[in-house]
Amino acid sequence: MRNNALQYRESRPYIPALMTAATTGLSAHDLPAEFPFPHRHLLGIQDLSPDEITYLLDLSNHYAEHNRARGPKFDLMRDKTLINLFFEDSTRTRTSFELAGMRLGADVINIAVANSSIKKGETIVDTAMTLNAMHADALVVRHSNAGAVKLLSEKVNCAVINGGDGSHEHPTQALLDALTIRRHKGSLQGLLVALCGDVAHSRVARSNIYLLQTMGARVRVIAPPTLIPAAMERLGVEVFHDMRAGLEGCDIVMMLRLQRERMEGSFVPSVHEYFQFYGLDYDKLQHAKPDALIMHPGPMNRGVEIDSDVADDLDRSLIREQVEMGVAVRMACLDVLTRKRFVAAS
Amino acid sequence: MTGKIAYINARVIDPASGLDAPATAKGGVLTDGTRIMAIGPDIFATGTPSGAEIVDCEGAVLTPGLVDMRVDFCEPGNEHKEDIESGSRAAAAGGVTAVVTLPDTDPTIDDASVLEFVARRARDVKLVKVFAYATVTRNADSDEIVEMGLLKQAGAVAFTNGRSAVANAKTLSRALKYALAFDALIVQHPEEPTLSNGGVMQSGELATRLGLPGIPREAETIMIDRDLALVKMTGGRYHAAHISTAESVAKIRAAKAAGLRVTCDTAPPYFALNELAVGEYRTFAKLSPPLRTEDDRQAIVAGLADGTIDCIASDHLPQDQESKRLPFEQAEFGAAGLESLLALTLELVHNEHLELSAALAKVTARPAELLNLPVGRLHVGGPADMVIFDPDHPCRIEPDNFTSKSKNSPFDGRLVQGRVIRTIVDGRTIYTAAS
Repeated sequence: MRNNALQYRESRPYIPALMTAATTGLSAHDLPAEFPFPHRHLLGIQDLSPDEITYLLDLSNHYAEHNRARGPKFDLMRDKTLINLFFEDSTRTRTSFELAGMRLGADVINIAVANSSIKKGETIVDTAMTLNAMHADALVVRHSNAGAVKLLSEKVNCAVINGGDGSHEHPTQALLDALTIRRHKGSLQGLLVALCGDVAHSRVARSNIYLLQTMGARVRVIAPPTLIPAAMERLGVEVFHDMRAGLEGCDIVMMLRLQRERMEGSFVPSVHEYFQFYGLDYDKLQHAKPDALIMHPGPMNRGVEIDSDVADDLDRSLIREQVEMGVAVRMACLDVLTRKRFVAAS
Repeated sequence: MTGKIAYINARVIDPASGLDAPATAKGGVLTDGTRIMAIGPDIFATGTPSGAEIVDCEGAVLTPGLVDMRVDFCEPGNEHKEDIESGSRAAAAGGVTAVVTLPDTDPTIDDASVLEFVARRARDVKLVKVFAYATVTRNADSDEIVEMGLLKQAGAVAFTNGRSAVANAKTLSRALKYALAFDALIVQHPEEPTLSNGGVMQSGELATRLGLPGIPREAETIMIDRDLALVKMTGGRYHAAHISTAESVAKIRAAKAAGLRVTCDTAPPYFALNELAVGEYRTFAKLSPPLRTEDDRQAIVAGLADGTIDCIASDHLPQDQESKRLPFEQAEFGAAGLESLLALTLELVHNEHLELSAALAKVTARPAELLNLPVGRLHVGGPADMVIFDPDHPCRIEPDNFTSKSKNSPFDGRLVQGRVIRTIVDGRTIYTAAS
């Protein structure tokens, strides 16, 4: 005999919010009829199609123009929280995302997790649980282990942008590089791009290779054999160990940073020797096309991988513009990932 | 004490004697207590002995219980991953009736007291037969050779540093030489640490794409090359554990042809998977040695088929979730393998690489013979250690249903054929499949 029978309460029906310009805060540009960016996270360039890349670049360019014209802040991410979670030191990428978030009207928090305290990496899943409880809307993660950002993205319920994971990918860097190139060369199609330096340990190199090839450019990598990873040519690139030969006919010369700890004896014998054979100076640069442009993801080791005069050459160097485009690209990425998905009118 | 049991309607296969008798109601195996009394296709021609319990195997295969020459039961030291009891239960569920555990526990099995501890625990658990290796060197990481004679007397079946190689050439050559006095076998994890250090998967296109540091095949083949030269120099007995590359197979084939006292084994991941199993950072596929290329996998299959590879071991290396739910580079190496050993070995049969009896030999008679264990074959008067299994039963490998404490299997979700129905040790049924 059970008098207090279970009471079934009808759960409140779910009423989706109306998707209007007022509720979504969309004003800067219109949503296309079909949402052109169907991904929940941005973990790598490998996951993107040419159309998606083009869409991101177009949108980034729009923000770049807006920023350059010193346009007002957007409210696309108003009441939304962006968390920059950096397990590895970064100034430039973190600041760029921070600024991008602010320009879109988001509340931005930076969490720097000291490398020493994550030696035992359990924390990455624990951290995800903590972040879930904070109801972040977007998370930018950098980690020194390849795949760590993907692992985290599987455990959190917000959009995750890979801010660089080990030697794997750094998608926003490749996008900002592509945008910079496109603004100068019009298109990526048919360009010959040389990536020079520590390809083996470079996530920038990998993301750039995937993006440039997807968009129809040809890629060469130039480095001493110890800094070329196994089966490199299987990625569809041409490998050169002689920098002058490798630069022949190139439209873009993209230098990569050489980590200090890899310079002294283990991968290359010395900084001195490295600069002699693989540092970019005017002498080597003249083997590239006369209008070849120079890029570097920063921070630069002047006199190691690049000569100061070349780096500062206003006619040839796009290094400063890369930083500028970085903010615009990150605005576009945050925008598409946090924007409410378009609901087709029924 | 159990009485007489008649196992009828079983296809009885004993790889050691070459027996393969079809299933009939008139034949099978008769056990009395812990021993086998009779084997054959017509032993019950005049009916089963009165009073005997009758087990109808319904046409299933009855063979010697599997002998797994490479498992880690993590005891003492890492009982949260596996212990002798949970490992023994996993073995029983996998149709394995005898295991040989690795000595790189904490503390390592480098003296008789730890060996006796393991033996006592196994006796208390009283499920499968647990044999143990001892280390080659003290603490498995020094260059000081253990008391091989005393350890062998205490029951160590062979000597190995487990998951790490005896990397120092002088140490290995002394161990091989010293072992001659006791006819002891040295089992090597063939991997040159100065080449593999820091690597987490097979070096190559996938590692490059994933941005993971690679381990070249040469880490294994260099070590095998060097070791074979030392075997030739010393005349010692040497066994290369879990070989994984095409070149290793070729080198060992040549060494055998040259008359060296060399044997080897491999584990299911190396004949059933390749590097692509790593996919997008699947840490369950992080193994040591790493999963190799498809060419290597095929060469391993060929090596099994032509007899170059003597045995198949499960390489059961349990890891708890906390050791695997990490970024790939930080995750531990290893996979739980006991409960998928039989089904994966049977894949070689279903794929027509090996005859059933030849495949079973690699997990029964051959490892027992190599390590001189009193198990692995069916003979009158011998221990009634048997497994009854259906070689064709389709099933899916579901690590969540593993008996082992750890569920880390790279074969998660794989469709296989073969199901253990009953596992018997010393005449006692220790596992029966849920019907």
